[in-house]
This record gives sequence, structure tokens and C-alpha cells, in this order.
Amino acid sequence: MNNYTISGSPHVHSAENTRKIMYRVILALVPALLVAIYYFGWYALRLTIVTIVTCMLTEWLIQTFLIKGPITVTDGSAALTGLLLAFNVPANLPIWMAIVGSVVAIGIGKMAFGGLGKNPFNPALVGRVFMLVSFPTAMTTWPQAQPIFKSGFFADAITGPTPLGLLKESGVGSLAEAGDMQFLDMVLGNRGGAFGEVCAIALLIGAIYLLARKVIDIWTPLSILLTVFIFTGICWLVNPTHYIAPWYHLVYGGLLLGAFFMATDMVTSPMTTKGKILFGVGIGLITVVIRLWGAYPEGVSFAILIMNAFTPLINKAFKPQVFGTVKPSKK
Amino acid sequence: MNPIKTFKKGGVHPEENKFSADQDFPMPKQIIVPLGQCLGAPAECIVNKGDRVLTGQLIGTAKGFVSANVHSPATGTVAKVDVVMDHSGYYKPAVFIDREEQDEWAPGILVTDELLTDIKLDGKAIIDKVKECGIVGMGGATFPTHVKMMVPEGKKAEYVIINAAECEPYLTCDYRLLLEKTQEFLIGVKIVMKGVGTDKGIIGIETNKMPAIELLDQTIKAHPDLYAGIEVQPLKTKYPQGGEKQIIKAITGREVPSGKLPIETGCVVVNVASTYAIYEAVQKNKPLIERIVTVTGKAIKKPSNFRCRFGVPADLLIEAAGGMPEDITDVINGGPMMGKSVSVTSFPTMKGTSGILLMTLHEAQDRRQTNCIRCGRCAKACPMGLQPFLLHKVAKLNDFDETEKNHIMDCIECGSCEFTCPANIPLLDYIRYGKAKTGAIIKARNQK
Repeated sequence: MNNYTISGSPHVHSAENTRKIMYRVILALVPALLVAIYYFGWYALRLTIVTIVTCMLTEWLIQTFLIKGPITVTDGSAALTGLLLAFNVPANLPIWMAIVGSVVAIGIGKMAFGGLGKNPFNPALVGRVFMLVSFPTAMTTWPQAQPIFKSGFFADAITGPTPLGLLKESGVGSLAEAGDMQFLDMVLGNRGGAFGEVCAIALLIGAIYLLARKVIDIWTPLSILLTVFIFTGICWLVNPTHYIAPWYHLVYGGLLLGAFFMATDMVTSPMTTKGKILFGVGIGLITVVIRLWGAYPEGVSFAILIMNAFTPLINKAFKPQVFGTVKPSKK
Repeated sequence: MNPIKTFKKGGVHPEENKFSADQDFPMPKQIIVPLGQCLGAPAECIVNKGDRVLTGQLIGTAKGFVSANVHSPATGTVAKVDVVMDHSGYYKPAVFIDREEQDEWAPGILVTDELLTDIKLDGKAIIDKVKECGIVGMGGATFPTHVKMMVPEGKKAEYVIINAAECEPYLTCDYRLLLEKTQEFLIGVKIVMKGVGTDKGIIGIETNKMPAIELLDQTIKAHPDLYAGIEVQPLKTKYPQGGEKQIIKAITGREVPSGKLPIETGCVVVNVASTYAIYEAVQKNKPLIERIVTVTGKAIKKPSNFRCRFGVPADLLIEAAGGMPEDITDVINGGPMMGKSVSVTSFPTMKGTSGILLMTLHEAQDRRQTNCIRCGRCAKACPMGLQPFLLHKVAKLNDFDETEKNHIMDCIECGSCEFTCPANIPLLDYIRYGKAKTGAIIKARNQK
């Protein structure tokens, strides 16, 4: 007589799993990575490899020697953290700084809380902000985009200000003078900045893929973008000589990267649709406040981290409606 | 055709895999008829070793309010009254009957294929007949149907809803019945309507059974007087469309209040196979002794639907469906979403055996478990608006105050959460555990 496996129902499962989700996000970031390599050449590639390898290695070391638990390095989440971290820093960042940032991202941002799914803050942003406050000069010295077919794969970086940096220092007029107001350049990525954030089109391609695969849903990014657009739009309407038009805010800085790839991180964002909208509006507001009136030119990372802290509260406040607990309206 | 309806909250889309055909099989020499074939107390045996029983003869009487009669599914001699391991894996009392080749029907049972359209019994008598004939919910829950049909004082049944959603993947037994016994089934609907005292009957079917929807529509149109008040409502193919609360919500827009029974919404929901059984009981005095059983799976040679007397061991049906494939690791009694896995295939088929599903390890997908990544998909999939990730966590911590506060008792155990979980966490296992514990605590508190 044969004895068959006894298990609780359900006996079939969707083909989805954590690895697939992580690798899909990584795949969605590949277009932006290719554009980055096109504009920043060897520096971008080197930095990406360093952060990914360091993140995975850090996780492996901690799991092997400190936790002595199961090794989950291949689930894609550490690699994703590494990739996002690289996307958020200047391409010509010294390698040792990138290594320190990666160790902090995984070690403190993720593993200190118990690993995948337990961290309250987005690990890549923890790493980024750590670097920003530790190495302020290196982290705000941005290489300018220079297509590799013009200057070569190994060309030295020419540094220069980012559009948002220019804006912060010298106002709207300077931006127009610097010829940096070309919307098309912004969209294509031909500008200075963290290398993953420059090309809006590449990021949007990835975002559409993630939306189509239902890895992320639209509510968080949509509410972030709308909030930023409306808020900066109002400022622009009130005083167009002092504030730039809202559409520039959408493509400047790390807003698209943050909205689609980091604010949507499942672990650190709310679960219900209403919660996601509130979360997104919060990120949008904080981003604009920092951009327009804060000390830093860019505020997406801070905004996401601040709202990450509110996620548990939002989850508590916006629970799904239990079936059969509301009196139906009489028809 | 009516516009397609569905329930709003949650739901998942498992692969349908509905591909079974009809088959015959040889009856075994001995059948084993369990006395506990319904939710509630098992029947009390009223036959002894050596007795000769006729087909359809009462052999076990209902004990208690929630219990159902058991009848002999064959003619023969009682070999022994003993225990048998049923699909639950436990040994349960059962009557072993050595079969005679020829059926000799118990007196009073009309053995005819003729369609009897005239309903002679009145409401009360219909419910008595349903009780006498041991009819239970044949979708798998096996709740005694007569209890369901007794509308409590002060309540009124507005609709009879026939649950023909058959939302479980793989299973096609209800679908076959609808196609083959269309008229008998529709008379059955009329009988249930008369029994509960309403003139509105709605048959809810998922749109993956279009031939059945069209056939029912045509049949009703062809006999407008006979089937007055019966409507066919196509439903979106989405799991768990056939959940009692979900089908009521989809069809009437009403929500069964948390902790209450469907009658609160004025609905009585009856399964397809049970409806047909009610037709046979009321019109022909024939007790519930057989049903259609789907034997299926991707690896099996001839996925089949068998018209099967109760007490036939499952392995006989598997043999008739082409034999047990070699690489089967899981045998499920019922469908893949809510069925129970069994360790051996010798268990007898019963009133609630809607299907026997054979699965290979390959079908179990990538089942490596990871930490919860808080994606919230389980909460999105839950048709009851619960937070399975939270219930899983608090049940694991044995915090039964929190499980109760978070409505664990509202869980219908449909398995949508676990189906959808990318971290492959056995959510429902923990929720069932929490539900059992919380239920016991609530019961003890209410008894004080």
C-alpha cells in the first residue's frame, strides 16, 4: 500500500514566488542600467558590480557567521538592494565608499532587523542616506552624462551640478542659462545625477513591465507623482519666476526611480490601496518641501524613509473591510 | 443570458483544468458504507451482521439535530458492522455489505427514468422527505440539507440560490449532472423553492460552463410555465465564486453578516447534486445512495466522471480511470483548493466525495518558503476581507485574543491566501489551527 503526502489545503499554488518578484524588479531596472552605462561608461558598470557583490557578500557573511541560519543570498533581494544603491549614487563615487554603503545597507538596513521582510526601512535608501551624511562632498559631486561613443568607455568623469542642485543654489534663471532646461535631455537622461535616475524613458519602460506583471501596483507611484505635480504646479502658478514648471519636477532628480522602484518596495510600504495612496501623498509632499525649501536639493530618499516609518501605523489605520461587518444599504 | 455577476472582495484565478469525461466501472463485491457521511453526528446503525438489506433501505438513523440518515447503496448481506479508515484518516463506524449482483429496491421506491414534473408534496412534507432520504450538501461540506431548508421563525426565504459555480478547479461532477439531468435538476429547483416557500430560484453558474448555461436557459424558455420563477445567473470564473457567502453577494448584492447564517439575507443556498437528489427523493422516494464523482489529475490516463454508489472504495474508481500513475505524490479527496489529502486510496466514497484528484510533485510548483515580504497579496485575495498574514502571525504566537479580534472565525478556509502567497507560507494551516483554538475558547465562554 502506498502512502501519499498529507498536507493541508490548498494543494495548488500560484506560480508566484519571492525570487520571481525580486528578479523581475531587477530585470525592470536593466534598461536604466544600460542607459547608465551608455552615459557614464565603465564607472557605472564598475559601481554596480561592486555594490551588488558587496551586498550579497555581506548577507552571506552575516547569515553564515553571525546568524548561522539558512542562506538566502540567491533570493534576489540582496542583489536588488545593491542595484538600487548603485542607482542612487554618483557613478564616479570612490569604490571604498560604495563598499561601506553596501555593508551598511544590508548589515544595518536589513539583517539587523532579521533579514528579508523584517526591515522597516528600504535598505538601499538606508545605505544611500548613510553615505550622504558621511561623505557629503563625494555624494554630491555629480558626473555629467557623456555618451560613451563620444568620449570612450573609460573616459574620466566631468563633474558638474545636477539640475536640482543648480536650482537650489542659484534659482530658475541659472538653470535656463546653463542650457539645462531641455526637457528632452531630461527625459533621455542626458544630464548629471545619480546614474540610475537620469533616463526617465528607461525607468518608465521598467515600471510598465512591473505594472503589467503585477509586481507593483499603480497607487503608490501615481499618488506620489500626482502630489508632486499638483504641489509644484501650485507654486509655479503663484510665482513662475521663482519656481520651475511642475513637469520638470517629475523628471528631475530621483523622483521616478523612487516612486516606481523604491516606494513600491513591498516590505516597507502599506498593504491596502488606501494606505498606499496616503503613503504616496506623504512622500510627494515631503519631497516637494525638501526640494523647494529644504537644505538638500533632492528629497525623495528622505521622503520615502520618513514614510517608511509611518507604514506600520498606516497599516493599522487602513485595514481591509471585513465581509459582513457593514450594514448593507437598503435597495 | 443575464449579465455576468461576481463578488467584489478578493478572489484568485487558479488554473481550471476541467477535462473529465464519463466512464463506467465494475461494482466491487463488497461495499463499505460509513455511518458518518455528514457534518454533525454519525447515524446510528440499525442493521446487524447477517441481515439482508435492499437497495435504498435505511441502515442508519440520524442522531441529533445536525445528522442525516444513511441508506444501503446496494442489495446484499451485512458482513459486519465495523470501523473503516475514511478520507479523514480516522477509523469510523461503517456497515460492510456483501453485494448481490442484482439490485432489489426497497419497497416504495419508484425505479423509473420517467420525468415526473408534478410536485405533489407540500412544503413541510418536502422537508420531511429530504430529511428521510438523508440528503446533505454534496459540494463537500455535507451539511444536512433539511436543516438548511427549515427557515427559522421570523425569517423569510426570498431566494433559493442553486450553487452551480463549481469554482474548484478540476471538478466537473456538477457540470455533468447539469448537462445530463437538466430537466430533473430544474424540477429539483422547483421542489426546493416550494419547500422553503418562495417563488424565486436563481441558478448561479461560472461562465466556464457555457454549454450548461445555454442548455438551462433553453430548457427554461421551452417550458416557461413549468419553470416559472427560475433564472440562470452567469457568474465570473473566479475562485471562490461558489463560497456560500460569495455566491449570495454576487447574485443579490447582500452580505451575510459576520457570524450569522445565510438566511439573514433571505437566501437558501443548495448545491447542484443535492438539488438532483432532492428531485429523486421527493418525486421517486429514492434516498441518497449515489452521486457523480470526478476522478482526475494531469497525470491520470482517463480523467473521468463516475456515477458511483456510496461505499465503493476510491482505488476502484482510480483503476477505472486508467490506474494510478507512478509519479503521484498527493491524493486529494475533493478539489485542489479545499479538498483533504488522504494517505491511502482505499477510503470509501461518500455523500461528500465530489472528486478524487491525483497530483504529481511537479504540480506543486516552487514551494521553497521565504520570509513574509509583506506584499499584502493574501489580504488582497481574501474574499472575506481578512488579513491572513496577521492571522498567521498571531495564531503562531498563540494569541487567541488577537485572532478573535481580527475575525479569524469569519475565515471560510477557501485557501486563496495561501494560493497567492509568493513566500509560500502555509497561511491556512496556521489559520485553521487558530480557528480551532479560538472557536473552542468562544464555545467555552458561551457555555458559562
